[in-house]
Amino acid sequence: MNGSMTNSAVQTCECTECAAAVSFAREPLRGEVVRCGECGAELEVTDTGPITVALAPEVQEDWGE
Amino acid sequence: MIALLHSRIRVEERLLAEELAKRNIPHELLDVRELVFDLSDPAPWLKYTAVFERCISQTQAVAAVRCFEAFGVPCVNPSGVIDLCGDKLATTAALARAGVPQPRTRIALDEGSALRAVEENGYPAVLKPAVGSWGRLLARVNDRDAAEAIIEHKGTLGGVQHSVFYVQEYVDKPQRDLRVFMVGLEPICGIVRDSEHWITNTARGGKASKLEVTPEIGAMCRDAAAAATECVGGGGAVLAIDLLEDPERGYLVSEINHTMEFRNSIAPTGVDIPARMVEWVVAKASRAGQRAEKVLGTTR
Repeated sequence: MNGSMTNSAVQTCECTECAAAVSFAREPLRGEVVRCGECGAELEVTDTGPITVALAPEVQEDWGE
Repeated sequence: MIALLHSRIRVEERLLAEELAKRNIPHELLDVRELVFDLSDPAPWLKYTAVFERCISQTQAVAAVRCFEAFGVPCVNPSGVIDLCGDKLATTAALARAGVPQPRTRIALDEGSALRAVEENGYPAVLKPAVGSWGRLLARVNDRDAAEAIIEHKGTLGGVQHSVFYVQEYVDKPQRDLRVFMVGLEPICGIVRDSEHWITNTARGGKASKLEVTPEIGAMCRDAAAAATECVGGGGAVLAIDLLEDPERGYLVSEINHTMEFRNSIAPTGVDIPARMVEWVVAKASRAGQRAEKVLGTTR
């Protein structure tokens, strides 16, 4: 899924689950997780030039602090 | 150069990366999921003066840190500390050795003896997985029927790690617990987590407010941090220590977290937690560099 620069402040890409536009108010980092506002899917940023996302891995038993 | 070792980038990792950048500290974000370590070839890793471990997976964290340590790269936190704090049995044993007050805990390794442990404890009892975080898979067991069911489910459905039955007394605390953030042996700040549910993790909806870290609380947390880092020569680490308040015994250490989350704690405490953490990592890198210079008789 390709991201796009709609203007200098907001970047978007397409949700891999529902194809809705997912907006980023600031430059994301690879590995950041965002939630699709439309379908609620957790998406992980897999690349930033352009922004691509994939469904984020599910929580594992050894995750946490 | 400092390596910020990560998997998922949470708000915390973002804040830490921004802090490193703000201080103009050379650093690199390393995604642990992309790394391959050749344990006979340390060369690619020696450019790092320290590794700041911030992986969301404890398994990945320990494995990667062990590799870096094999190459002589200092890590925050060291693998021994991650191992100990990430395993409630190991934590409880270390705290018991050090005489740090904590809830009474029994360990059993079989379903039959687990039931006996719960019965010896009395009801309610709390069953926890030895490895786990965010308040996951905690069970308050109110009677024998529930105990039998939960123990059977853990034995049948759980993996090998659920074969260690961690049985703890239920502490009749006020509807809150306390968290103290440690850098080294210094408590830098603390929060109170209020929740109507007996599980008070903010991940489960607990609300944070500022805690005044009293001398009593500070001393207990210093003792806990010292106990948790004895395996690596002491000196404390970057830890979050959770405390319960028992109506009769006072403060009890509930658990120690090795890759602490702090996003909801900066505002209520007014303490720049990421800044303090980065300062610790930088100091660790600097000390390691000085030691290397002494050994090699060189300057970097």
